[in-house]
Amino acid sequence: MNAAAAPTLNELRARVDQMQGRPAAQPVATHPAFAGLLQLQSGSTYSVDSMSLATALMAGPSADGAWCGVVGTAELGLEAAAAAGVELRRTILVPDPGESWLEVTAALIDVLGVVVLRAPSHVGAKDVARISARLRQRGSILISYGDWPRSEARLTMRDVQWAGMGQGHGHLQARQVTIEVQRGTAPARRGRLWLPDASQVIRRVESSGEAPTRLRSVS
Amino acid sequence: MSERSEASAEREGAKRPKGRTMVLWAPDWPIVAVDVPASVPAAVIEKGQVLACSQAARSEGVRRGMRRRDAQSRCPGLVLHDHHPDVDARAFEAVLTAIEELSPGVAPLRPGLCAVSVPARFYGGEAEAAAVIAERLVGLGVWDVRAGIADGLFAAEQAARRALAQDSLIVPAGGSGQFLHDLPIDALDDADMVGLLRRMGLRTLGDFAALPPADVHTRFGTHGALQHRLARGQDAQPISRRQVPPEFDATLLLEPPLDLVEPIAFSLRTTADAFVADLAAHGLVCTTVLIEVDADGSLATSRRWMHPRWFGPTDLIDRVRWQLAVDGAIRAPVDAVRLIPEVTEPLADHADSLFGGGPDERVERGVARVQSIVGHESVVSVTVQGGRGPGERHLLTPWGERPLASRPAGLPWPGSLPAPAPATVYPSPQQAMVVGAEGQSIGVSGRGVVTGEPARFRVAADQGWQPVASWAGPWPVDDQWWDEAASRRLARFQVVGVDGSAFLMIVEGGHWWTEARYD
Repeated sequence: MNAAAAPTLNELRARVDQMQGRPAAQPVATHPAFAGLLQLQSGSTYSVDSMSLATALMAGPSADGAWCGVVGTAELGLEAAAAAGVELRRTILVPDPGESWLEVTAALIDVLGVVVLRAPSHVGAKDVARISARLRQRGSILISYGDWPRSEARLTMRDVQWAGMGQGHGHLQARQVTIEVQRGTAPARRGRLWLPDASQVIRRVESSGEAPTRLRSVS
Repeated sequence: MSERSEASAEREGAKRPKGRTMVLWAPDWPIVAVDVPASVPAAVIEKGQVLACSQAARSEGVRRGMRRRDAQSRCPGLVLHDHHPDVDARAFEAVLTAIEELSPGVAPLRPGLCAVSVPARFYGGEAEAAAVIAERLVGLGVWDVRAGIADGLFAAEQAARRALAQDSLIVPAGGSGQFLHDLPIDALDDADMVGLLRRMGLRTLGDFAALPPADVHTRFGTHGALQHRLARGQDAQPISRRQVPPEFDATLLLEPPLDLVEPIAFSLRTTADAFVADLAAHGLVCTTVLIEVDADGSLATSRRWMHPRWFGPTDLIDRVRWQLAVDGAIRAPVDAVRLIPEVTEPLADHADSLFGGGPDERVERGVARVQSIVGHESVVSVTVQGGRGPGERHLLTPWGERPLASRPAGLPWPGSLPAPAPATVYPSPQQAMVVGAEGQSIGVSGRGVVTGEPARFRVAADQGWQPVASWAGPWPVDDQWWDEAASRRLARFQVVGVDGSAFLMIVEGGHWWTEARYD
């Protein structure tokens, strides 16, 4: 077996596993800005603490052709999501599932690639187990906006720094944030991101010198 | 055309017994189409001239071709209508349908005039057939209808124009030439030629018909030869019958009536299949359907559904289910469901493309399941439309319906905020507070100037205060000032707190609201 065939073989094996219903975590297309921080795996749950992180995570699979669902919130900023790379034509919203949010989430996990959930109340351990089992079976990704017990990774946003605005002049242009990815008890990984930069692209901050420019007051 | 072929055509015509033609004429059709009472003098105007006028207007001296001002000066109470040819045609469609029920093969000539081959044998005579049709049309509200029966279309039309109201004028078989002999030359529907023939001293059709055909052909060409044949009563042109428009409505009659949604949806399966198959057989698909449900003998609900692509049988059943699932839709057992296609489009325009042919079936099924849990309006598909505020730019459409953007997204929308767009947009703005350094409230003057420097803010009533790190604004918006009910005057601000959280706030009427969050 030559070296070139090896990745193909692995990929095929993984696909066979998936088609036979075996729980196999597949790497899923992730936004390039998260390289080195996080690689989405099918069948996993991720929890985030802000809407723009949720859309940034959603952007990778969505641009790759996956259907996305957003359950339990009507607050998703569609324009921001589209700018982040989410394909709105393949996005379904269930803003107010009410009491049946768990059934709706489970039903969407069956058919969609990514489901963003804002659980209205505390999620019980039993429900978490049911959702996780279904996720593993279907190979979908659940992104929980808010805390989720036993999530694969928890993403938080720190040190937010806005550029382009002063005291009564300018406007919000770009933002630098530090993303902290906490996996279990392992030490957190940190990365500095433009979320987004001045041309509405989400990318890594290349050098520490590339700080957002502060506008100087000219009056 | 040579004399020999002319002669042979005549011989052929003599050999073959020709069908008789009936022409039905409703005078002043544009007036009939706009439906005005007979006592009111009315006229339909086209290009500033009277196109048609009612009998009441005619008795006041209004004539066809008169200028608007002249007509009004003769009859000050004249009610004027603009001419809409499509309205005429639509109104005449009912007449055609009524005639078609009595005798198939109607040839519409123009609104107000149609031809039909005489169903004389069935009704026991030509006059009787004309009477039956006239009676039906009078029942339809067309009071003035006249019938003319002759061998050919031209003679029949001339006969209809000379018949009395609700009566018929019958030209005997082979008598067309004689009937046309004394008619004025104006009867030919060609103003140029009529003028020329008049100058040549030919006053009647008989004078024209008396000319040798070969000479007419030499002088006037093929068109002249045709007019000459008409004048001689040799109208070989058969009428071109219209195809009866196919009936696509599908009705499900429930016997006994049902009052549960699921059995109704289940029973509808065959009807929906037949509905779609019937359209497909004509190369059509339905993109907008009107669903009517009868309960207890009367119309219970009626709703128009638009599909993002086109309706399949399952889609139709889903729509019926959704329509019936609305609270209070069925109060009595349902006894009929009607599917009426409102918009149909050619199948070829909606063929599945190789890529991007809408959502795949798996997603459709899954979403249908979610819709069965939370109701169909609760699952929405999303797009961005035009607007100034971030909330206005959202277009949410229930899944399975066609998005109807009222505002185009590509336009500049002055007053809207530059990118980036906020990641969180609150469906309803939250009541906020922004104050200055001394706790004085901050606002925007009528000229769009901020009254002070914001120092502290609170994004919602239950949130804590925090100092303002930076702010920008105002972006004033004076929306729909022409509409008293919908007009809004507001100004938008971007406010960043010391912890880096950024908000989009609006001040309207002295009150602050948080509209969106850049989180």
